[in-house]
Amino acid sequence: MESIMTIEETGWIYILSYCGAIGLILIGTVAMVIYHHLIRIILGLILLEAGVNLFLITVGYRANAVAPILMGDQVPVAMVDPIPQALVLTAIVIGVGVQALALALVIKTYKAYGTLDTKELAEKIAQESGTHLIDGIPVSLPAPALVRQIAEEKTP
Amino acid sequence: MNLREISGLIFIIGLGFLLGAVFKCLPYGEPITGVGQTITALAPIEVGTTNIVASVLLAYRGLDTLGELTVLFVAATAIGMVLGQRDPEISSQPEAGFILKTAANILFPFLIILGAYIILHGHLTPGGGFQGGAILAAAFFIPILATPASPFNHHISSLIEGFAGVAFIIIGLLALFGKGYFLAPLFGTGEVGHLFSAGSLPLLYLAVGLKVGAELAGLLARLQETEASD
Repeated sequence: MESIMTIEETGWIYILSYCGAIGLILIGTVAMVIYHHLIRIILGLILLEAGVNLFLITVGYRANAVAPILMGDQVPVAMVDPIPQALVLTAIVIGVGVQALALALVIKTYKAYGTLDTKELAEKIAQESGTHLIDGIPVSLPAPALVRQIAEEKTP
Repeated sequence: MNLREISGLIFIIGLGFLLGAVFKCLPYGEPITGVGQTITALAPIEVGTTNIVASVLLAYRGLDTLGELTVLFVAATAIGMVLGQRDPEISSQPEAGFILKTAANILFPFLIILGAYIILHGHLTPGGGFQGGAILAAAFFIPILATPASPFNHHISSLIEGFAGVAFIIIGLLALFGKGYFLAPLFGTGEVGHLFSAGSLPLLYLAVGLKVGAELAGLLARLQETEASD
């Protein structure tokens, strides 16, 4: 049997693991907010997911506990919580599906517009659909302007 | 730095403090709910698995696993719709080097055996349908990487996928009519720790493994075909 951990050592495991989870979540969010490149935004999403998974696993951790798998006739000692592990298994599989779908959409976007920069994409989509750009976001014309435009077109 | 980046940074600093405050309130070392301990104590008697995560995944939360399979199926279908069919006339990538081609041939049977082992022993050891399915998908995807010209049969993969999904639901419905609960474990627990034990759970894990393997292989093949057809 492995040696038994003291409370201090267990505390350090919690602190480091939670700091890692917070760090991964924050790095992922930074990447998603600051970058303008679609692939980098997806990478930020992946980091965010990893942080959330690490957090869930850490919630189920117990000091001096083993993985939730019975071994032969051995009397079960303390085991970590199996429910967060099952949840994370689900989250990983769904994450793979979402990432693959996002990458497929990125491939299509690149084929259609030739760029992956969100600013350039917004400009190209705005040109294509005839909408206006306000702060880099394509918006349709406000109603009074639209009415005026139609009126101008009718009375040349 | 424009306004968007500054506001983003302020938001992230706030989010960091919020997460820190939330994590500080969590009870350390004590279970938050008693559910995990109850399941750990009851699972070997009620369900008959030695891998307790498998009993949570397929017996206590079987409906959630069905939902998860549905999400994966929808994602794979959507990728098929987005990327479309491959045009066989378009020139494909050149073949891979000698090392990858040889390794793909040698690795294929071993990956199949490893994937099948992990799926079939999912209720006894770490692993299960999802992990084994990923290995099976790798076994079928490595040959495509080695020789991109070889076609991947999407019809067979979708057939396997469909039959596995239907098998999962049929086992669930049998349990609904036999025991009164959807996806309740059937056929008793058997002798705990043996390969043929835990009732219908190995069958469910087999269905999950085949479905995940076929889906992931088809998904990777589609992404690769799109890359090759440019």
